Amino acid sequence: MDFAFLIEKLILIIVVVFASLGIAMYTTFAERKVAAILQDRRGPNRAGPFGLLQPLADGMKLFFKEEIIPNFSSKTLFILGPALAMLTACMTSAVIPWGNKVELFGRSIDLQIADVNIGILYVFGVVSLGVYGIMIGAWASNNKFSLMGGLRAASQIISYELAMGISMIALLMVTGTLSLKEMVVQQQHGFWNVVYQPLGFLIFLICSFAECNRTPFDLPEAENELIGGYHTEYSSMKLGFYLFSEYINMFISSVIMATLFFGGYDLPFLDESTLAPNIAAIIGVAALMAKVIGFIFLFMWVRWTIPRFRYDQLMHLGWRILIPLALFNMLATGGAILYFGK
Amino acid sequence: MQALTNKAKQVNRAPMSFMEKLYLPAIIKGMMITFSHIFKKKPTINYPEKKRPFSPVFRGLQILNRDEEGRENCTACGLCAVACPAEAITMEAAERQPGEEHLYKEEKYAAKYEINMLRCIFCGLCEEACPKDAIYLSETFTPADYQRKQFIYSKNDLLIPHPKENEEAYLKALGNRPQKQTL
Repeated sequence: MDFAFLIEKLILIIVVVFASLGIAMYTTFAERKVAAILQDRRGPNRAGPFGLLQPLADGMKLFFKEEIIPNFSSKTLFILGPALAMLTACMTSAVIPWGNKVELFGRSIDLQIADVNIGILYVFGVVSLGVYGIMIGAWASNNKFSLMGGLRAASQIISYELAMGISMIALLMVTGTLSLKEMVVQQQHGFWNVVYQPLGFLIFLICSFAECNRTPFDLPEAENELIGGYHTEYSSMKLGFYLFSEYINMFISSVIMATLFFGGYDLPFLDESTLAPNIAAIIGVAALMAKVIGFIFLFMWVRWTIPRFRYDQLMHLGWRILIPLALFNMLATGGAILYFGK
Repeated sequence: MQALTNKAKQVNRAPMSFMEKLYLPAIIKGMMITFSHIFKKKPTINYPEKKRPFSPVFRGLQILNRDEEGRENCTACGLCAVACPAEAITMEAAERQPGEEHLYKEEKYAAKYEINMLRCIFCGLCEEACPKDAIYLSETFTPADYQRKQFIYSKNDLLIPHPKENEEAYLKALGNRPQKQTL
C-alpha cells in the first residue's frame, strides 16, 4: 500500500470529520439565533463576541452534568444507542465530493475520502442503519414513552425512505450513474439536476425533513407529547450525542441535496479549467458551503413556521401521497427520456 | 337561538379546495410571514448596557436617608419594623453621645439596622410608616449573590452617601422622588 496515499486519506478523514463536527456545533448556535430572529428577539449574544462561544458553553455544560444510567439489565444497549446514532451520522460524510482536485506536494489529491461507484446507495444504506440507534436507545430506556417515541421514529424513517429511494431512481435515470463525483462532473457540464427533476427534488426535500426527525416530522422527540421521546432517560454526553447526531444528519442531508440537485461544488457561470487547480478547489468548497448554509437555513425556517404533523397524518402523507407521487415522477421521467432520446 | 352579542364568528366548514389540499401554497405563505419577521424591529432591551426607564414611584431597594447637613434621620423608633408584613427589618437603638451631634439628627439613633433582603417583598409599607423620612425605596434592584448571609443588608449598605463629602452620589441616590414632610 502506498504510504503517502494512506497519509493523505487519513488527513482527509480527520479534516472532514472534524469539520462536520464543528459545523454541526455551530449549526446548534445558528438554530438558536435563527429561531430568535424569526421570533422577534435576539439569540444568545453573551458568551463571547456576538455569542459565538455559546456552543462551547453548551458542550461543556453537557460534560459537567451527572451521568445517570437507569437501573435495569441492558446497560450495553443503553450506551450503544447514542454511539450508533453518532457513528452512522459521521460515516455518511465519506463519499461526498467536497471540491475539485488539490495539488499539494506534487501529488494530485481528490477532495473525497472514498470515490466508490455506488456512492448514493452507500449513503442510503448508512442512513437506514441510523434508525437502529434510535430504536436501541428507545428500547433500552425501559420506559413506555421512550418506546412510543422510538416506534414512531422507526416507522416514520422507514416510510419516508421509500419515497426517497423512488425519487432517487428517477434521478438515476437522468444521470446514469450512482457515483456522487460523476454526478457533480455532469452538472458542471450541463444544467443542475434540479432543472431536470423539480418534482423529484421536492419529494427528496420533504423526505429528508422526515429522515432528520425535523419539524414538521419531529414526533419522535415531540416535547409536548412524549416528554422527550426516545431521549427522555438520557443525560450528559449521551444526550449530547443524540442531539448532536441530529444536527450532523441535518448537515449531511443538506450536503447531499446540494450535491445531487444543485451541482455540488460547481459554481454556475465559472469555467474551472481556466484557473489554477488549488484556487478552483477553494472556490468549489466555498460554493458548496454556501449552498449548504442555504439549505440549513431552509431547514430552520420551515421548523419555526409549521406545526407538527399528527402521527396518522404523517403516515398518510408518506404512504398515500408521496409514494404515488414519486412513482408518477419516475414514470414521467422514463417517458421523457424515451421521448427526447437523451 | 338568538346570540347575545354579535362577536360569534361562523366557522367555515367547507371542504378544502384543490389549492388548499396541496398544503404547499399555504406553507409558502406562512414561510413568507416568518421571513418578514427578520426585518422587524426587536423589542428586546440589551440589559445591562441599556436599562428600562422606571417611574418615580418604583419600589426597588431601600435607602436610609440623611438630612442636608449629613446627619442620619433614623431614630430607631421601630415603626418600619412593625409595619413590615414579612418581618424583614430588625434594629437596635443607642443614645447619642455629646461628641456625635454631626452624625445623628436626634438623640436616639439606630446602632444596628438590618434588612433581610430575602424576606423583603418591596411593598413600601416601611416607607409609608416612617415618621422621619428616614427610609424610602429607590430605583435599584437587589443584585444577585452566592450565599444567603450576604443578603442581610446592614446599615452601611443601605445608607445614602454623605451630601457634603460625596455630593454627586448623594444626588444620584436621591433620584427624583418628591421630598416628604417630616414630623
